[in-house]
Amino acid sequence: MAGKTKSMSIIVTKGTLDWGYPPFILATTAVSMGLDVTLFFTFYGLALCKKKLDLRISTLGNAAMEMPMMGMHMSMPNILGALPGVDGLATAMMKDMIKKKGVASIEELRELAVEAEVRMIACQMTMELFEYKQSDMIDGLEYAGAATYVETASASDINLFI
Amino acid sequence: MSDTTLLDVKGLNCPLPILRAKKAIKDLAAGSVLEVHATDPGSVKDFEAFCRQTGNELVSSVEEAGVFKFKIKAA
Repeated sequence: MAGKTKSMSIIVTKGTLDWGYPPFILATTAVSMGLDVTLFFTFYGLALCKKKLDLRISTLGNAAMEMPMMGMHMSMPNILGALPGVDGLATAMMKDMIKKKGVASIEELRELAVEAEVRMIACQMTMELFEYKQSDMIDGLEYAGAATYVETASASDINLFI
Repeated sequence: MSDTTLLDVKGLNCPLPILRAKKAIKDLAAGSVLEVHATDPGSVKDFEAFCRQTGNELVSSVEEAGVFKFKIKAA
């Protein structure tokens, strides 16, 4: 356990229910293992910082996606995703599975991350671009840009892009 | 001699067993033991990695009737 505290940074670019998991799982786990963690939320990732989360999944462009169904796995061809209601159904199924399998909700993981003092930076440029208001976002965010991330990343042991 | 605290995380999935264990260990005096009961098969490897990384000692890791039981001595 000698030496300086290890650190990890993650650029979070996606804000769907499925893509929201990896950054928060890794951040909360790393912080539990004693690392300093920074999350940089940009583009669609910023949706994960909203006070009220309404995360959905999309079957579109998700070629490997399949859902367990009656003991089998049903694939989700892109053409299905183009139909109205399919993404809503897939989202409902995913939320149901999450609950049944004892997987934490994104809200719960995010709360744990905040509690554990994971540093969260919201991309100021994306805030402007998508016309998000700071009052829509959770408290405790820093608002900054690429230079802040690069400075953090250059001092981090692990840098990920999700 | 040393007291043991039980943490039941049966039914919870990754990363919750680790997160709950970390929270529990934080409140323990050095040398006290946390006994974790989990059903997540991934927790076997994960508690080994967690203990290597954090310096807490994994005293034992056994499976009994589908429950993975870990004893962790707080550093």
